[in-house]
Amino acid sequence: MAGEKLETVAIVKEEAGPNIKNFTDFWSFLKKELKPKGNIATPFNIISVPIIITGLVLIIIRFAFGLGATTNLTQEFPWGVWIGFDVVVGVAFAAGGYVLAFMVYVLGMEKYRPVLRATVLNSFLAYVFYAGAIMLDIGRWWNGVNAFLGREFGVSSVMFIVAWHFLLYMLTLALEVSPVVAEWLGMKRLRKTLGGLTLGAVVFGVMLSIHHQSGLGALFTMAKAKIHPLWYSEFIPILFFVSSVYSGLSLVIFEGAISHKVFGHQISEENHHAYPDILAGLARICAGVMFCSFFLNFFMVHHEGELVLLNTPMGYWFLIEMIGLLLIPCFLFVSGAQRKNIPLIRFAAILSLFGIIINRLNYSFIAYNWYLPSAQKYTPSWMEIMITLTIILIEIWVFRWMVNRMPVIQKAPEWANALEKH
Amino acid sequence: MDRRTFIKTMGLGMAGAVGGTVLTPGNSNAEKALEGEVFQGILVDTTRCIGCRRCEKACAEVNYLPVPDISEKANEAIFKMHRQTSEIQYTTTNLYETEKGKFFVVKRCMHCNVPGCRSACLVYAMKKRPTGHVTWDLNCMGCRLCMVSCPYDIPKFEYKSAIPKIQKCNMCYGRFLKGLVPGCVEACPTEALMFGTREGLLGEAKRRIAQNPEKYFNRIYGEYEVGGTSHLYLSAVPFEQLGFRTDLGTEHIPKLSMVYLSAIPFIATITPILMLAIATAVRSGKENHGEKHEEKHEEKGKH
Repeated sequence: MAGEKLETVAIVKEEAGPNIKNFTDFWSFLKKELKPKGNIATPFNIISVPIIITGLVLIIIRFAFGLGATTNLTQEFPWGVWIGFDVVVGVAFAAGGYVLAFMVYVLGMEKYRPVLRATVLNSFLAYVFYAGAIMLDIGRWWNGVNAFLGREFGVSSVMFIVAWHFLLYMLTLALEVSPVVAEWLGMKRLRKTLGGLTLGAVVFGVMLSIHHQSGLGALFTMAKAKIHPLWYSEFIPILFFVSSVYSGLSLVIFEGAISHKVFGHQISEENHHAYPDILAGLARICAGVMFCSFFLNFFMVHHEGELVLLNTPMGYWFLIEMIGLLLIPCFLFVSGAQRKNIPLIRFAAILSLFGIIINRLNYSFIAYNWYLPSAQKYTPSWMEIMITLTIILIEIWVFRWMVNRMPVIQKAPEWANALEKH
Repeated sequence: MDRRTFIKTMGLGMAGAVGGTVLTPGNSNAEKALEGEVFQGILVDTTRCIGCRRCEKACAEVNYLPVPDISEKANEAIFKMHRQTSEIQYTTTNLYETEKGKFFVVKRCMHCNVPGCRSACLVYAMKKRPTGHVTWDLNCMGCRLCMVSCPYDIPKFEYKSAIPKIQKCNMCYGRFLKGLVPGCVEACPTEALMFGTREGLLGEAKRRIAQNPEKYFNRIYGEYEVGGTSHLYLSAVPFEQLGFRTDLGTEHIPKLSMVYLSAIPFIATITPILMLAIATAVRSGKENHGEKHEEKHEEKGKH
């Protein structure tokens, strides 16, 4: 995917925006916008379309014949990559949305505004698709509504908190994204109203994020008997929350690297110049939080008297995660930020994201039931991976469609900027 | 930030705080579950079990599951393995070689006093009945957190079905309501299984240990494990030798997620207000800063 243009777009921006007065106008505008812009037969499309089609067929098979038909899940490993990767890692990767919104709207760090819109949009789509992937994994999906409208609410369940927060946060993110859509449609009054709601939405969203980012970790707290003691601690929720911060920002760096190649022509001159500075700032924050995370992990291991466990096979695996994928990227971030070395910062971001994947999968199935013989261990089936890829690719398609049409990376229309100043 | 924006923002923030608090559990089900003091239970005396597997057969019959072959020949092959319960077999009998010889152990849901599966369930499809039975209901969403949370790996999921259910022993709750004892207990020829109130069974177990101190290992498995269970086990040997986990502790499983759950109301109320305060401070700080700058510029202009 790297290096090639997803879709070549000629930006012919109508300054005034579409003039939408009624539904017919909207419909004809939407029909025009739904058409692909530019070349269809790009390498990315040629690779992704067959995967998506296969994935959709596999999804039908999953619903027709049950989870066993497509997944390798067992009674000992009830959660595989669909929960462990799609949902738990997906939500950690989407954390950039709340961290950046907090930095810009609450702390007033205007420097990061150029990357805010793409990040929030990415987070919103991530929640729709990755948290939405939970519908594939829950066995009795038609009962999914029971969490919100059921006859009984499991208020002492961590899953209840997580489910409600997913829903509420998805709506909050939709509110944060909505000004972009209003600008695209040229709806000035709506844009003004929505813009006024943003700070409230951000504050609400950060609160929800603290809850459910840590909540995903809290899901594993009752599995004390099954998770390896090096990973288990009653403070898993805190570890998950802290790691979500650098995970989200690392994804902003990683996503930025791709966006710069693919949508580079949409970026304004001044934002291009500001970019190295933004990256260095993000890298510094990542490094700080990562060191904090490393310290917390080490403190917990030490505190619980488990240092001897480090000299076991699982201990080596733990050290790979802690040193190779946490401490090393942390130092790389520092040195990258110091020297404004963009490739180094990007490399550190990739390492750190990889660390998040390993960390979350450890809780889901690697360090979970770790004592079982290897014959009983879970490895994802090709179908599970295919469906996961399908979900990621559809998300990228939707993201690309929106970025190419809406003022996400490209400049907002003049009238919208004028609104912002008042 | 002008007054209108502030009020709007404050309103949303407060709505968030209130919403978050309402959605927050006050406490776990611990107290509620402990109130039902007349929990029923089953006492398993492993020294009396002869490994006939009639309990397995009876279990399958009363629960409409595939009935296992319990002929001597089949048993011989079966006891070479250590079987887990499954979605089509709620109770299994396994053979263990110990320091005092061979013992058979039946395994099924322990019916914890304060079950992890119940606290895990976001729609309370898993229920601790006032009678002590832990049962599963059809409003389940199939998220399988109960499976993750059960220290005994008991809830089983029907992976092969498009309309799957969670399956496990429910201590024959339906039969209990009709005044019948569980199928396995009824079928047991040696009274290795005994049905009664948990308190009564604990008394009986202690009596047996007191009368035969050299026959029994002086502990009742399930008396204190994970806050106590309705299934109680007597053994001649330390329980590790019979494949039991003895590292589970005496605190009930839902307590493990209480640190998180009890933090939610605080975060929900404090963080929005704190953030609004920071946002306001930052903005007013910037405005003042901006004004000073402008003043300086003006002064410079004058000179």
